[in-house]
Amino acid sequence: MGRLRSLLIPGVDKRLLVRDAVKTMPDLARRRFIAGGASLGALTLLTGCDVSDSFSAEELLKQVSKFNDGVQAFIFNPDALAPTFPESAITKPFPFNAYYDLEDAPTIDGKHWKFEVRGLVDNKKSWSLDELYKLPQVTQITRHICVEGWSAIGSWTGTPLRDFLKLIGADTRAKYCWFQCADSDGYNSPLDMATALHPQTQMTFKFADEILPRAYGYPMKIRVPTKLGFKNPKYVISMEVTNDYKGGYWEDQGYNSFSGS
Amino acid sequence: MSSLAASDQRAVPANTTVIQPAWVRIAHWINAVAMIVMIMSGWQIYNASPLFAFKFAKSITLGGWLAGALLWHFAAMWLLMVNGLVYLALGFATGRFRRKLLPLSAAGVISDTKAALTGRLSHADLTRYNYVQKLLYAGIIVVGILIVLSGLSMWKPVQLHWLVALFGGYDIARYVHFICMSAIVAFLIVHIVLAVLVPKSLRAMIIGR
Repeated sequence: MGRLRSLLIPGVDKRLLVRDAVKTMPDLARRRFIAGGASLGALTLLTGCDVSDSFSAEELLKQVSKFNDGVQAFIFNPDALAPTFPESAITKPFPFNAYYDLEDAPTIDGKHWKFEVRGLVDNKKSWSLDELYKLPQVTQITRHICVEGWSAIGSWTGTPLRDFLKLIGADTRAKYCWFQCADSDGYNSPLDMATALHPQTQMTFKFADEILPRAYGYPMKIRVPTKLGFKNPKYVISMEVTNDYKGGYWEDQGYNSFSGS
Repeated sequence: MSSLAASDQRAVPANTTVIQPAWVRIAHWINAVAMIVMIMSGWQIYNASPLFAFKFAKSITLGGWLAGALLWHFAAMWLLMVNGLVYLALGFATGRFRRKLLPLSAAGVISDTKAALTGRLSHADLTRYNYVQKLLYAGIIVVGILIVLSGLSMWKPVQLHWLVALFGGYDIARYVHFICMSAIVAFLIVHIVLAVLVPKSLRAMIIGR
């Protein structure tokens, strides 16, 4: 402690200094995941170190998370299928899960809804629900695994995304399919192209053989059984095929971006 | 206590022989850090979707919320796994596991447990483990392997679906992971209490002798 005290700047009120230091920190909401991060930063300021040299656990953890994205992309086997289950294994009732209550979930008028396609594709036409319903559909019964740890088995019916990407002439060498949703504060999520082309990745229109209910993302959900639940966007309104990493609702808050199963 | 007192007179050879070689000490302390980070962040992750009717107090968890805890957990897992693999490889290659942990017999464990419970189990010679120690140290290695495998099957349930199947399914792997954590925490409590009661064992894990 004696050494620390000797590094204090004479005539500077350390409490005011800490307060000023905290003020310069960006978006506290994103910093909340490291309790003590602010005090660590303040401590390095007090000791006279350059801020850019200061050790930040948060920065280190973000780097490891990026490294983990790479590891997961490397071990992702495009042919490995998520286990499928018999109908008797379906979880009833299948849970509704979002960062809002069901009553606040988007209410979408299927007649006027259009699925917009943007970015590196030949055909950028928007798709009505009736047009999408005419595409060949398959049913799969797979396990939905939430980042929180719980899981539930559901039955999803729709068009394999890779068939749709082919149909619209998407550049499948691009890095991401970036989905945007109708949620009031703009849910979005990037999906790496290898996963987008996985045979089980699906544009889902039905749950348990019924038109997708509002709770599960009417009119369209992207069902990705090789990803955690938050990477299965609901109430989807557009898709952009892109080489740019555009972030995502939860990804930006610290959830691992690849989050593959 | 008499055995502890007696041991002080025989402390001369203990000071010259290395009880814990450097690789054991390094692996031990790296593991200690990794384990504590894994356990505290794991408790925060557990709180997001508890398996039982309780949550861990926020004051003893790491990460602040689920995403932060996951970042810690999936960073410290590398430290735990790489360090664990090096430890296992050296433990087998140097013959330390065989020398220290074998032979292991039920009769030996029972008689040493009785001796431990009646306060007659000697820690005079730190270079040799009694049967209770052998069982606990061998057991915690098995638990360590199980917690990593059950963790991997929860992290990659599709890529490693065969591993998930070995555990009997995703949900069961979660319980296995939790039970292994509980076993490690129980081990830690006994381990730390004994290290405090027999301080030269702690010294040996720091300076080797």
